[in-house]
Amino acid sequence: MSQVWPIFRREFATYFATPLAYVFIVIFLFAMGAFTFYIGNFYANGVADLSVFFGYHPWLYLFLVPAIAMRLWAEERRTGTMELLLTLPVPLWATVVSKFLAAWAFTGIALALTFPIWLTVNYLGSPDNGVILASYIGSFLMAGGYLAIGAAISAMTSNQVIAFVVSVVVCFLFTVSGAPIVLDFFQGWAPLVLVNTVASFSFLTHFSAITAGVIDIRDVIYFFTLIALFLCVNIVVIDLKRVAR
Amino acid sequence: MIEIEALIKRFGPVAAVAGIDLKVAKGEVLGFLGPNGAGKSTTMKMVTGFLAPTSGRVTVCGHDIETDTIAAQRTIGYLPEGAPAYGDMTPRQFLTFIGRVRGYSGPRLNDKLAAAIFNTDLEPVLDQPIDTLSKGFRRRVGLAQALLHDPPVLILDEPTDGLDPNQKHSVRRLIKAMAPEKAIVVSTHLLEEVEAICTRAVIIDRGRVVADGTPAQLLARSRHHNAVTLTLPARDADAIAAKLKALPSVAGVEQNENGDGTVRLTAFPKGGALPVEDVSRLAQTGNLKISELYAERGRLDEVFYAITTHDTARGRETSA
Repeated sequence: MSQVWPIFRREFATYFATPLAYVFIVIFLFAMGAFTFYIGNFYANGVADLSVFFGYHPWLYLFLVPAIAMRLWAEERRTGTMELLLTLPVPLWATVVSKFLAAWAFTGIALALTFPIWLTVNYLGSPDNGVILASYIGSFLMAGGYLAIGAAISAMTSNQVIAFVVSVVVCFLFTVSGAPIVLDFFQGWAPLVLVNTVASFSFLTHFSAITAGVIDIRDVIYFFTLIALFLCVNIVVIDLKRVAR
Repeated sequence: MIEIEALIKRFGPVAAVAGIDLKVAKGEVLGFLGPNGAGKSTTMKMVTGFLAPTSGRVTVCGHDIETDTIAAQRTIGYLPEGAPAYGDMTPRQFLTFIGRVRGYSGPRLNDKLAAAIFNTDLEPVLDQPIDTLSKGFRRRVGLAQALLHDPPVLILDEPTDGLDPNQKHSVRRLIKAMAPEKAIVVSTHLLEEVEAICTRAVIIDRGRVVADGTPAQLLARSRHHNAVTLTLPARDADAIAAKLKALPSVAGVEQNENGDGTVRLTAFPKGGALPVEDVSRLAQTGNLKISELYAERGRLDEVFYAITTHDTARGRETSA
Protein backbone atom coordinates (compact mmCIF):
# COMPACT_ATOMS: atom_id res chain seq x y z
CA MET A 1 0.00 0.00 0.00
CA SER A 2 2.82 2.39 0.88
CA GLN A 3 4.10 2.05 -2.67
CA VAL A 4 0.94 3.52 -4.21
CA TRP A 5 2.02 7.05 -3.37
CA PRO A 6 5.48 7.09 -5.04
CA ILE A 7 4.14 5.47 -8.21
CA PHE A 8 1.18 7.84 -8.26
CA ARG A 9 3.50 10.79 -7.79
CA ARG A 10 5.89 9.75 -10.53
CA GLU A 11 3.07 9.06 -12.94
CA PHE A 12 1.33 12.32 -12.17
CA ALA A 13 4.55 14.34 -12.51
CA THR A 14 5.19 12.74 -15.90
CA TYR A 15 2.17 14.52 -17.36
CA PHE A 16 3.66 17.85 -16.49
CA ALA A 17 7.25 16.94 -17.35
CA THR A 18 6.22 16.61 -20.99
CA PRO A 19 4.05 18.93 -23.11
CA LEU A 20 1.31 16.29 -22.88
CA ALA A 21 -0.47 17.89 -19.94
CA TYR A 22 -0.48 21.39 -21.38
CA VAL A 23 -1.53 20.29 -24.85
CA PHE A 24 -4.28 18.14 -23.42
CA ILE A 25 -5.61 20.78 -21.07
CA VAL A 26 -5.61 23.49 -23.74
CA ILE A 27 -7.41 21.28 -26.25
CA PHE A 28 -9.83 20.04 -23.61
CA LEU A 29 -10.77 23.54 -22.53
CA PHE A 30 -10.91 24.83 -26.07
CA ALA A 31 -13.15 21.97 -27.21
CA MET A 32 -15.39 22.36 -24.18
CA GLY A 33 -15.78 26.04 -24.97
CA ALA A 34 -16.35 25.53 -28.66
CA PHE A 35 -18.99 22.89 -28.14
CA THR A 36 -20.78 24.78 -25.42
CA PHE A 37 -20.82 28.24 -26.98
CA TYR A 38 -20.98 27.60 -30.72
CA ILE A 39 -22.60 24.24 -31.22
CA GLY A 40 -24.60 24.27 -28.02
CA ASN A 41 -25.67 27.92 -28.38
CA PHE A 42 -25.09 28.55 -24.72
CA TYR A 43 -26.09 32.22 -24.88
CA ALA A 44 -29.02 31.88 -27.24
CA ASN A 45 -30.60 29.29 -24.95
CA GLY A 46 -31.06 32.02 -22.41
CA VAL A 47 -31.09 29.52 -19.57
CA ALA A 48 -28.74 29.90 -16.64
CA ASP A 49 -27.60 26.31 -16.28
CA LEU A 50 -24.76 24.17 -17.58
CA SER A 51 -26.75 21.29 -19.03
CA VAL A 52 -25.51 22.15 -22.54
CA PHE A 53 -21.94 22.14 -21.29
CA PHE A 54 -22.24 18.81 -19.49
CA GLY A 55 -24.20 17.30 -22.36
CA TYR A 56 -21.08 17.34 -24.49
CA HIS A 57 -18.82 15.75 -21.89
CA PRO A 58 -19.43 12.11 -22.88
CA TRP A 59 -18.58 12.90 -26.50
CA LEU A 60 -15.46 14.85 -25.68
CA TYR A 61 -14.27 12.20 -23.25
CA LEU A 62 -14.84 9.61 -25.90
CA PHE A 63 -11.80 10.93 -27.77
CA LEU A 64 -9.80 12.79 -25.18
CA VAL A 65 -9.72 10.24 -22.39
CA PRO A 66 -8.43 7.38 -24.58
CA ALA A 67 -5.71 9.83 -25.65
CA ILE A 68 -4.59 9.98 -22.03
CA ALA A 69 -5.09 6.31 -21.33
CA MET A 70 -3.34 4.98 -24.43
CA ARG A 71 0.13 5.66 -23.11
CA LEU A 72 -0.46 4.29 -19.60
CA TRP A 73 0.83 0.79 -20.30
CA ALA A 74 1.60 0.74 -24.02
CA GLU A 75 4.47 3.16 -23.53
CA GLU A 76 5.89 1.24 -20.58
CA ARG A 77 5.84 -1.88 -22.67
CA ARG A 78 7.47 -0.21 -25.66
CA THR A 79 10.29 1.46 -23.74
CA GLY A 80 10.93 -1.56 -21.53
CA THR A 81 10.24 0.29 -18.28
CA MET A 82 7.42 -2.21 -17.76
CA GLU A 83 10.09 -4.72 -16.85
CA LEU A 84 11.56 -2.34 -14.34
CA LEU A 85 8.20 -1.46 -12.83
CA LEU A 86 6.96 -5.03 -12.53
CA THR A 87 10.15 -6.34 -10.95
CA LEU A 88 9.98 -3.78 -8.16
CA PRO A 89 8.61 -5.26 -4.93
CA VAL A 90 5.12 -3.86 -5.43
CA PRO A 91 1.92 -5.90 -5.77
CA LEU A 92 0.56 -5.67 -9.29
CA TRP A 93 -2.80 -4.32 -8.14
CA ALA A 94 -1.05 -1.42 -6.39
CA THR A 95 0.83 -0.52 -9.56
CA VAL A 96 -2.34 -0.68 -11.64
CA VAL A 97 -4.34 1.38 -9.14
CA SER A 98 -1.60 4.00 -8.74
CA LYS A 99 -1.27 4.56 -12.45
CA PHE A 100 -5.03 4.77 -12.87
CA LEU A 101 -5.42 7.20 -9.98
CA ALA A 102 -2.69 9.45 -11.38
CA ALA A 103 -4.40 9.61 -14.76
CA TRP A 104 -7.77 10.16 -13.10
CA ALA A 105 -6.40 12.97 -10.97
CA PHE A 106 -5.01 14.54 -14.10
CA THR A 107 -8.38 14.48 -15.88
CA GLY A 108 -9.84 15.87 -12.67
CA ILE A 109 -7.54 18.86 -12.95
CA ALA A 110 -8.50 19.40 -16.59
CA LEU A 111 -12.15 19.24 -15.58
CA ALA A 112 -11.65 21.60 -12.66
CA LEU A 113 -10.05 24.13 -15.00
CA THR A 114 -13.41 24.56 -16.71
CA PHE A 115 -14.46 26.61 -13.67
CA PRO A 116 -14.67 29.91 -15.63
CA ILE A 117 -17.82 28.63 -17.27
CA TRP A 118 -19.30 28.13 -13.84
CA LEU A 119 -18.32 31.69 -12.92
CA THR A 120 -19.86 32.90 -16.18
CA VAL A 121 -23.17 31.23 -15.61
CA ASN A 122 -23.29 32.55 -12.06
CA TYR A 123 -22.55 36.04 -13.33
CA LEU A 124 -25.29 35.84 -15.95
CA GLY A 125 -27.99 34.41 -13.78
CA SER A 126 -28.64 32.33 -10.73
CA PRO A 127 -28.23 28.67 -11.64
CA ASP A 128 -28.81 25.75 -9.29
CA ASN A 129 -25.27 25.27 -8.07
CA GLY A 130 -26.22 21.97 -6.44
CA VAL A 131 -27.06 20.56 -9.86
CA ILE A 132 -23.80 21.90 -11.25
CA LEU A 133 -21.78 20.30 -8.45
CA ALA A 134 -23.59 17.01 -8.98
CA SER A 135 -22.88 17.24 -12.69
CA TYR A 136 -19.19 17.85 -12.07
CA ILE A 137 -19.05 14.81 -9.80
CA GLY A 138 -20.89 12.77 -12.42
CA SER A 139 -18.58 13.98 -15.14
CA PHE A 140 -15.52 13.08 -13.07
CA LEU A 141 -16.90 9.59 -12.37
CA MET A 142 -17.64 9.13 -16.05
CA ALA A 143 -14.11 10.21 -16.96
CA GLY A 144 -12.87 7.53 -14.54
CA GLY A 145 -14.97 4.96 -16.36
CA TYR A 146 -13.55 5.88 -19.75
CA LEU A 147 -10.08 5.94 -18.28
CA ALA A 148 -10.35 2.48 -16.72
CA ILE A 149 -11.48 1.06 -20.06
CA GLY A 150 -8.65 2.82 -21.88
CA ALA A 151 -6.06 1.70 -19.33
CA ALA A 152 -7.09 -1.94 -19.62
CA ILE A 153 -6.87 -1.77 -23.40
CA SER A 154 -3.52 -0.01 -23.24
CA ALA A 155 -2.19 -2.95 -21.25
CA MET A 156 -2.94 -5.27 -24.15
CA THR A 157 -0.56 -3.70 -26.65
CA SER A 158 2.71 -1.85 -27.01
CA ASN A 159 1.24 0.22 -29.82
CA GLN A 160 -0.35 3.43 -28.64
CA VAL A 161 -2.29 3.99 -31.86
CA ILE A 162 -3.96 0.60 -31.57
CA ALA A 163 -4.66 1.28 -27.90
CA PHE A 164 -6.27 4.60 -28.82
CA VAL A 165 -8.46 3.31 -31.64
CA VAL A 166 -9.68 0.23 -29.79
CA SER A 167 -10.37 2.29 -26.67
CA VAL A 168 -12.43 4.80 -28.63
CA VAL A 169 -14.51 2.00 -30.14
CA VAL A 170 -15.10 0.28 -26.79
CA CYS A 171 -15.84 3.57 -25.07
CA PHE A 172 -18.22 4.44 -27.89
CA LEU A 173 -20.14 1.22 -27.32
CA PHE A 174 -20.38 1.96 -23.62
CA THR A 175 -21.52 5.48 -24.35
CA VAL A 176 -24.25 4.71 -26.85
CA SER A 177 -25.55 1.43 -25.49
CA GLY A 178 -28.50 3.38 -24.09
CA ALA A 179 -29.12 5.32 -27.29
CA PRO A 180 -31.62 4.30 -29.99
CA ILE A 181 -28.80 3.39 -32.40
CA VAL A 182 -28.03 0.37 -30.25
CA LEU A 183 -31.36 -0.28 -28.59
CA ASP A 184 -33.24 -0.36 -31.89
CA PHE A 185 -31.01 -3.21 -32.87
CA PHE A 186 -32.20 -5.24 -29.88
CA GLN A 187 -35.76 -4.03 -29.68
CA GLY A 188 -38.39 -6.20 -31.30
CA TRP A 189 -36.66 -9.51 -30.92
CA ALA A 190 -34.70 -9.48 -27.70
CA PRO A 191 -36.45 -9.88 -24.35
CA LEU A 192 -37.04 -6.66 -22.47
CA VAL A 193 -34.63 -7.75 -19.76
CA LEU A 194 -31.80 -7.87 -22.27
CA VAL A 195 -32.73 -4.50 -23.75
CA ASN A 196 -32.81 -2.98 -20.28
CA THR A 197 -29.52 -4.62 -19.37
CA VAL A 198 -27.83 -3.22 -22.45
CA ALA A 199 -29.31 0.18 -21.77
CA SER A 200 -28.14 0.04 -18.18
CA PHE A 201 -24.54 -0.29 -19.36
CA SER A 202 -24.70 3.10 -20.95
CA PHE A 203 -22.65 5.95 -19.61
CA LEU A 204 -25.28 8.31 -21.01
CA THR A 205 -28.11 6.79 -18.99
CA HIS A 206 -26.23 7.12 -15.71
CA PHE A 207 -24.57 10.41 -16.48
CA SER A 208 -27.78 12.15 -17.53
CA ALA A 209 -29.43 10.88 -14.37
CA ILE A 210 -26.73 12.60 -12.34
CA THR A 211 -26.76 15.81 -14.40
CA ALA A 212 -30.48 16.05 -13.70
CA GLY A 213 -29.30 16.97 -10.24
CA VAL A 214 -29.89 13.74 -8.38
CA ILE A 215 -26.89 11.79 -7.27
CA ASP A 216 -28.51 8.39 -7.04
CA ILE A 217 -26.29 5.94 -5.22
CA ARG A 218 -26.99 3.40 -7.97
CA ASP A 219 -25.43 5.64 -10.60
CA VAL A 220 -22.40 6.18 -8.41
CA ILE A 221 -22.15 2.46 -7.78
CA TYR A 222 -22.42 1.86 -11.52
CA PHE A 223 -19.37 3.99 -12.28
CA PHE A 224 -17.31 2.62 -9.40
CA THR A 225 -18.20 -0.94 -10.35
CA LEU A 226 -17.25 -0.26 -13.94
CA ILE A 227 -13.93 1.24 -12.87
CA ALA A 228 -13.21 -1.68 -10.53
CA LEU A 229 -14.16 -4.16 -13.22
CA PHE A 230 -11.82 -2.68 -15.80
CA LEU A 231 -8.99 -2.32 -13.29
CA CYS A 232 -9.39 -6.04 -12.66
CA VAL A 233 -9.30 -6.63 -16.41
CA ASN A 234 -6.17 -4.50 -16.48
CA ILE A 235 -4.51 -6.67 -13.80
CA VAL A 236 -5.56 -9.88 -15.50
CA VAL A 237 -4.26 -8.71 -18.88
CA ILE A 238 -0.86 -7.87 -17.45
CA ASP A 239 -0.73 -11.13 -15.57
CA LEU A 240 -1.67 -13.11 -18.68
CA LYS A 241 1.09 -11.39 -20.61
CA ARG A 242 3.54 -12.60 -17.96
CA VAL A 243 2.47 -16.15 -18.55
CA ALA A 244 2.01 -16.20 -22.30
CA ARG A 245 3.78 -14.52 -25.18
CA MET B 1 20.96 -17.76 -2.87
CA ILE B 2 19.46 -18.29 -6.29
CA GLU B 3 18.08 -21.73 -7.04
CA ILE B 4 16.72 -22.55 -10.45
CA GLU B 5 15.12 -25.95 -10.93
CA ALA B 6 14.04 -27.44 -14.26
CA LEU B 7 13.08 -24.04 -15.56
CA ILE B 8 11.17 -24.05 -18.83
CA LYS B 9 9.65 -21.19 -20.79
CA ARG B 10 7.78 -21.72 -24.02
CA PHE B 11 6.68 -19.00 -26.39
CA GLY B 12 4.14 -20.85 -28.48
CA PRO B 13 5.91 -23.85 -29.96
CA VAL B 14 9.39 -22.47 -29.23
CA ALA B 15 11.10 -23.34 -25.97
CA ALA B 16 13.16 -20.24 -25.20
CA VAL B 17 14.36 -21.89 -22.00
CA ALA B 18 14.32 -25.66 -22.23
CA GLY B 19 15.12 -26.91 -18.76
CA ILE B 20 17.75 -25.02 -16.80
CA ASP B 21 19.06 -26.02 -13.38
CA LEU B 22 21.40 -23.65 -11.62
CA LYS B 23 22.41 -22.72 -8.11
CA VAL B 24 24.23 -19.51 -7.40
CA ALA B 25 25.81 -19.10 -3.98
CA LYS B 26 26.87 -16.00 -2.07
CA GLY B 27 30.27 -14.82 -3.23
CA GLU B 28 29.81 -16.13 -6.74
CA VAL B 29 29.87 -13.95 -9.82
CA LEU B 30 28.23 -16.05 -12.45
CA GLY B 31 28.88 -15.09 -16.06
CA PHE B 32 25.91 -16.00 -18.17
CA LEU B 33 27.01 -16.54 -21.75
CA GLY B 34 25.35 -17.63 -24.91
CA PRO B 35 24.53 -16.57 -28.44
CA ASN B 36 21.71 -14.09 -29.04
CA GLY B 37 18.40 -15.81 -28.48
CA ALA B 38 19.91 -18.55 -26.35
CA GLY B 39 17.56 -17.75 -23.48
CA LYS B 40 19.79 -15.63 -21.24
CA SER B 41 17.43 -12.69 -20.92
CA THR B 42 14.35 -14.90 -20.72
CA THR B 43 15.91 -16.77 -17.80
CA MET B 44 16.74 -13.51 -16.05
CA LYS B 45 13.21 -12.25 -16.62
CA MET B 46 11.87 -15.36 -14.90
CA VAL B 47 14.30 -15.15 -12.00
CA THR B 48 13.19 -11.58 -11.34
CA GLY B 49 9.50 -12.37 -11.68
CA PHE B 50 8.80 -10.39 -14.85
CA LEU B 51 7.88 -13.52 -16.78
CA ALA B 52 6.15 -16.56 -15.36
CA PRO B 53 7.83 -19.87 -16.19
CA THR B 54 5.94 -22.50 -18.16
CA SER B 55 7.21 -24.95 -15.58
CA GLY B 56 10.00 -25.22 -13.06
CA ARG B 57 10.84 -23.28 -9.96
CA VAL B 58 12.96 -20.32 -8.98
CA THR B 59 13.75 -19.39 -5.41
CA VAL B 60 15.71 -16.31 -4.44
CA CYS B 61 17.02 -16.11 -0.87
CA GLY B 62 14.54 -18.81 0.06
CA HIS B 63 11.52 -17.06 -1.44
CA ASP B 64 9.70 -18.66 -4.35
CA ILE B 65 9.43 -16.02 -7.06
CA GLU B 66 5.97 -17.18 -8.13
CA THR B 67 4.31 -17.65 -4.76
CA ASP B 68 6.29 -15.22 -2.60
CA THR B 69 7.00 -12.68 -5.31
CA ILE B 70 7.29 -9.48 -3.32
CA ALA B 71 9.63 -10.93 -0.69
CA ALA B 72 11.82 -12.40 -3.42
CA GLN B 73 11.85 -9.16 -5.42
CA ARG B 74 12.95 -7.22 -2.34
CA THR B 75 16.19 -9.18 -2.30
CA ILE B 76 16.93 -8.63 -5.99
CA GLY B 77 18.61 -5.76 -7.77
CA TYR B 78 17.85 -6.08 -11.45
CA LEU B 79 19.27 -4.32 -14.47
CA PRO B 80 16.96 -5.32 -17.34
CA GLU B 81 18.17 -5.69 -20.91
CA GLY B 82 18.83 -2.30 -22.44
CA ALA B 83 18.77 -0.53 -19.05
CA PRO B 84 15.25 0.92 -19.38
CA ALA B 85 14.47 4.07 -17.41
CA TYR B 86 11.89 6.84 -17.48
CA GLY B 87 13.48 9.17 -20.02
CA ASP B 88 11.68 12.32 -18.93
CA MET B 89 13.11 12.06 -15.42
CA THR B 90 16.58 13.06 -14.31
CA PRO B 91 18.76 10.40 -12.68
CA ARG B 92 18.17 12.07 -9.33
CA GLN B 93 14.38 11.95 -9.73
CA PHE B 94 14.47 8.44 -11.12
CA LEU B 95 16.64 7.04 -8.33
CA THR B 96 14.56 8.87 -5.73
CA PHE B 97 11.46 7.24 -7.21
CA ILE B 98 13.05 3.78 -7.07
CA GLY B 99 14.19 4.42 -3.50
CA ARG B 100 10.72 5.50 -2.40
CA VAL B 101 9.07 2.50 -4.03
CA ARG B 102 11.60 0.33 -2.20
CA GLY B 103 10.38 1.89 1.01
CA TYR B 104 13.12 4.39 1.87
CA SER B 105 12.51 7.95 2.95
CA GLY B 106 14.25 10.84 4.67
CA PRO B 107 17.93 10.51 5.61
CA ARG B 108 18.05 6.78 4.83
CA LEU B 109 16.88 7.46 1.30
CA ASN B 110 19.53 10.15 0.96
CA ASP B 111 22.23 7.76 2.19
CA LYS B 112 21.18 5.09 -0.27
CA LEU B 113 21.05 7.60 -3.11
CA ALA B 114 24.46 9.01 -2.27
CA ALA B 115 26.04 5.55 -2.18
CA ALA B 116 24.50 4.45 -5.48
CA ILE B 117 25.44 7.71 -7.19
CA PHE B 118 28.98 7.53 -5.86
CA ASN B 119 29.44 3.91 -6.94
CA THR B 120 28.28 4.56 -10.49
CA ASP B 121 29.89 8.01 -10.96
CA LEU B 122 26.60 9.65 -11.86
CA GLU B 123 27.33 12.96 -10.16
CA PRO B 124 28.00 14.97 -13.37
CA VAL B 125 24.63 14.15 -14.98
CA LEU B 126 22.34 14.00 -11.96
CA ASP B 127 20.03 16.76 -13.13
CA GLN B 128 19.84 16.11 -16.86
CA PRO B 129 16.87 14.21 -18.30
CA ILE B 130 17.83 10.57 -18.82
CA ASP B 131 16.72 10.81 -22.47
CA THR B 132 19.55 13.24 -23.15
CA LEU B 133 22.28 11.07 -21.60
CA SER B 134 24.84 9.01 -23.48
CA LYS B 135 24.46 5.27 -23.66
CA GLY B 136 27.15 4.82 -21.03
CA PHE B 137 25.47 7.08 -18.51
CA ARG B 138 22.08 5.51 -19.13
CA ARG B 139 23.56 2.11 -18.44
CA ARG B 140 25.02 3.44 -15.21
CA VAL B 141 21.66 4.92 -14.20
CA GLY B 142 20.23 1.42 -14.63
CA LEU B 143 23.06 0.00 -12.59
CA ALA B 144 22.57 2.58 -9.84
CA GLN B 145 18.89 1.68 -9.72
CA ALA B 146 19.76 -2.00 -9.28
CA LEU B 147 22.33 -1.32 -6.55
CA LEU B 148 20.30 1.24 -4.67
CA HIS B 149 18.93 -1.00 -1.93
CA ASP B 150 22.20 -2.93 -1.58
CA PRO B 151 20.48 -6.22 -2.44
CA PRO B 152 21.94 -9.65 -1.64
CA VAL B 153 21.21 -10.78 -5.19
CA LEU B 154 22.14 -8.86 -8.32
CA ILE B 155 20.88 -9.80 -11.77
CA LEU B 156 22.60 -7.70 -14.41
CA ASP B 157 21.70 -8.11 -18.06
CA GLU B 158 24.71 -6.83 -20.02
CA PRO B 159 25.87 -4.27 -17.46
CA THR B 160 28.84 -3.01 -19.49
CA ASP B 161 27.17 -2.85 -22.90
CA GLY B 162 27.80 0.56 -24.43
CA LEU B 163 30.41 1.64 -21.91
CA ASP B 164 33.85 2.85 -22.95
CA PRO B 165 36.89 0.87 -21.75
CA ASN B 166 37.41 3.07 -18.70
CA GLN B 167 33.79 2.82 -17.66
CA LYS B 168 33.85 -0.92 -18.24
CA HIS B 169 36.84 -1.12 -15.98
CA SER B 170 35.14 0.85 -13.21
CA VAL B 171 31.93 -1.20 -13.43
CA ARG B 172 33.94 -4.41 -13.28
CA ARG B 173 35.87 -3.14 -10.29
CA LEU B 174 32.56 -2.29 -8.62
CA ILE B 175 31.13 -5.75 -9.29
CA LYS B 176 34.29 -7.39 -7.99
CA ALA B 177 34.22 -5.27 -4.85
CA MET B 178 30.62 -6.24 -4.10
CA ALA B 179 31.10 -9.89 -4.98
CA PRO B 180 32.01 -11.37 -1.56
CA GLU B 181 28.74 -10.19 -0.02
CA LYS B 182 26.36 -11.02 -2.84
CA ALA B 183 25.27 -13.54 -5.41
CA ILE B 184 25.71 -11.89 -8.78
CA VAL B 185 24.59 -13.03 -12.21
CA VAL B 186 25.97 -11.10 -15.15
CA SER B 187 24.99 -11.79 -18.73
CA THR B 188 27.44 -10.67 -21.34
CA HIS B 189 28.69 -11.12 -24.86
CA LEU B 190 32.15 -10.03 -23.84
CA LEU B 191 34.26 -13.06 -23.15
CA GLU B 192 37.08 -11.02 -21.68
CA GLU B 193 34.58 -9.83 -19.08
CA VAL B 194 34.08 -13.39 -17.92
CA GLU B 195 37.81 -13.81 -17.43
CA ALA B 196 38.01 -10.44 -15.69
CA ILE B 197 35.23 -10.72 -13.11
CA CYS B 198 33.48 -14.08 -13.05
CA THR B 199 34.17 -16.86 -10.62
CA ARG B 200 32.03 -19.13 -12.71
CA ALA B 201 30.90 -19.22 -16.31
CA VAL B 202 27.74 -20.83 -17.61
CA ILE B 203 27.19 -21.08 -21.34
CA ILE B 204 23.65 -21.62 -22.51
CA ASP B 205 22.51 -22.44 -25.98
CA ARG B 206 19.00 -23.10 -27.25
CA GLY B 207 17.67 -22.80 -23.74
CA ARG B 208 19.98 -25.35 -22.13
CA VAL B 209 23.15 -25.18 -20.09
CA VAL B 210 25.91 -26.51 -22.31
CA ALA B 211 28.90 -25.66 -20.16
CA ASP B 212 29.32 -24.79 -16.50
CA GLY B 213 32.64 -24.22 -14.77
CA THR B 214 35.23 -21.72 -13.68
CA PRO B 215 36.68 -19.62 -16.48
CA ALA B 216 39.89 -21.66 -16.10
CA GLN B 217 38.00 -24.91 -16.58
CA LEU B 218 36.37 -23.54 -19.69
CA LEU B 219 39.70 -22.35 -21.00
CA ALA B 220 41.03 -25.86 -20.51
CA ARG B 221 38.54 -27.03 -23.08
CA SER B 222 40.08 -24.76 -25.66
CA ARG B 223 42.22 -26.29 -28.40
CA HIS B 224 44.74 -23.56 -27.60
CA HIS B 225 44.95 -24.46 -23.92
CA ASN B 226 48.68 -24.82 -23.16
CA ALA B 227 49.52 -24.48 -26.84
CA VAL B 228 52.82 -22.75 -27.59
CA THR B 229 53.14 -20.12 -30.26
CA LEU B 230 56.46 -18.94 -31.73
CA THR B 231 57.22 -16.27 -34.26
CA LEU B 232 60.22 -16.83 -36.52
CA PRO B 233 61.53 -16.01 -40.02
CA ALA B 234 59.56 -17.66 -42.82
CA ARG B 235 62.56 -19.47 -44.29
CA ASP B 236 63.12 -21.47 -41.07
CA ALA B 237 59.46 -22.31 -40.66
CA ASP B 238 59.20 -25.72 -42.32
CA ALA B 239 62.31 -27.10 -40.67
CA ILE B 240 61.28 -26.01 -37.23
CA ALA B 241 57.72 -27.16 -37.73
CA ALA B 242 59.04 -30.63 -38.44
CA LYS B 243 61.17 -30.54 -35.28
CA LEU B 244 58.22 -29.39 -33.22
CA LYS B 245 56.07 -32.19 -34.57
CA ALA B 246 58.68 -34.67 -33.48
CA LEU B 247 58.41 -33.58 -29.85
CA PRO B 248 56.55 -36.15 -27.70
CA SER B 249 54.35 -33.53 -26.06
CA VAL B 250 53.17 -32.00 -29.33
CA ALA B 251 50.16 -33.32 -31.19
CA GLY B 252 50.22 -31.02 -34.18
CA VAL B 253 51.57 -27.76 -35.56
CA GLU B 254 49.76 -24.95 -37.30
CA GLN B 255 51.48 -22.38 -39.53
CA ASN B 256 50.25 -18.84 -40.06
CA GLU B 257 51.92 -16.22 -42.26
CA ASN B 258 52.30 -12.85 -40.57
CA GLY B 259 52.84 -11.04 -43.86
CA ASP B 260 56.11 -9.39 -42.82
CA GLY B 261 58.39 -12.29 -43.68
CA THR B 262 57.75 -14.00 -40.38
CA VAL B 263 55.61 -16.99 -39.56
CA ARG B 264 53.71 -17.96 -36.45
CA LEU B 265 53.92 -21.61 -35.50
CA THR B 266 51.49 -22.95 -32.94
CA ALA B 267 52.27 -26.29 -31.35
CA PHE B 268 49.18 -27.97 -29.87
CA PRO B 269 49.66 -30.20 -26.83
CA LYS B 270 49.18 -33.95 -26.91
CA GLY B 271 46.66 -34.99 -24.26
CA GLY B 272 47.27 -33.04 -21.08
CA ALA B 273 50.94 -32.42 -21.85
CA LEU B 274 52.67 -29.06 -21.38
CA PRO B 275 54.81 -28.54 -24.49
CA VAL B 276 56.15 -25.16 -23.42
CA GLU B 277 59.27 -26.61 -21.74
CA ASP B 278 60.07 -28.92 -24.64
CA VAL B 279 59.62 -26.13 -27.13
CA SER B 280 61.74 -23.63 -25.25
CA ARG B 281 64.49 -26.24 -24.80
CA LEU B 282 64.35 -26.91 -28.54
CA ALA B 283 64.61 -23.21 -29.17
CA GLN B 284 67.71 -22.87 -26.96
CA THR B 285 69.59 -25.98 -28.03
CA GLY B 286 68.75 -25.51 -31.71
CA ASN B 287 69.90 -21.89 -31.51
CA LEU B 288 66.79 -20.82 -33.38
CA LYS B 289 66.07 -17.25 -34.42
CA ILE B 290 62.83 -16.78 -32.57
CA SER B 291 61.40 -13.34 -32.02
CA GLU B 292 58.52 -14.44 -29.80
CA LEU B 293 57.57 -17.50 -27.77
CA TYR B 294 54.57 -17.82 -25.47
CA ALA B 295 52.27 -20.43 -24.00
CA GLU B 296 48.55 -19.81 -24.35
CA ARG B 297 46.00 -20.20 -21.55
CA GLY B 298 43.30 -21.02 -24.03
CA ARG B 299 40.81 -18.97 -25.92
CA LEU B 300 37.32 -18.53 -24.49
CA ASP B 301 35.86 -17.44 -27.83
CA GLU B 302 37.05 -20.71 -29.31
CA VAL B 303 35.36 -22.71 -26.56
CA PHE B 304 32.24 -20.61 -26.91
CA TYR B 305 32.19 -21.14 -30.67
CA ALA B 306 32.87 -24.86 -30.44
CA ILE B 307 30.17 -25.46 -27.84
CA THR B 308 27.42 -23.30 -29.22
CA THR B 309 27.77 -23.95 -32.96
CA HIS B 310 28.13 -27.66 -32.36
CA ASP B 311 24.92 -27.69 -30.41
CA THR B 312 23.06 -25.57 -32.92
CA ALA B 313 23.98 -27.97 -35.70
CA ARG B 314 22.91 -30.95 -33.65
CA GLY B 315 19.65 -29.25 -32.77
CA ARG B 316 18.95 -28.70 -36.43
CA GLU B 317 19.56 -32.34 -37.25
CA THR B 318 17.18 -33.62 -34.62
CA SER B 319 14.45 -31.15 -35.50
CA ALA B 320 14.71 -31.93 -39.24
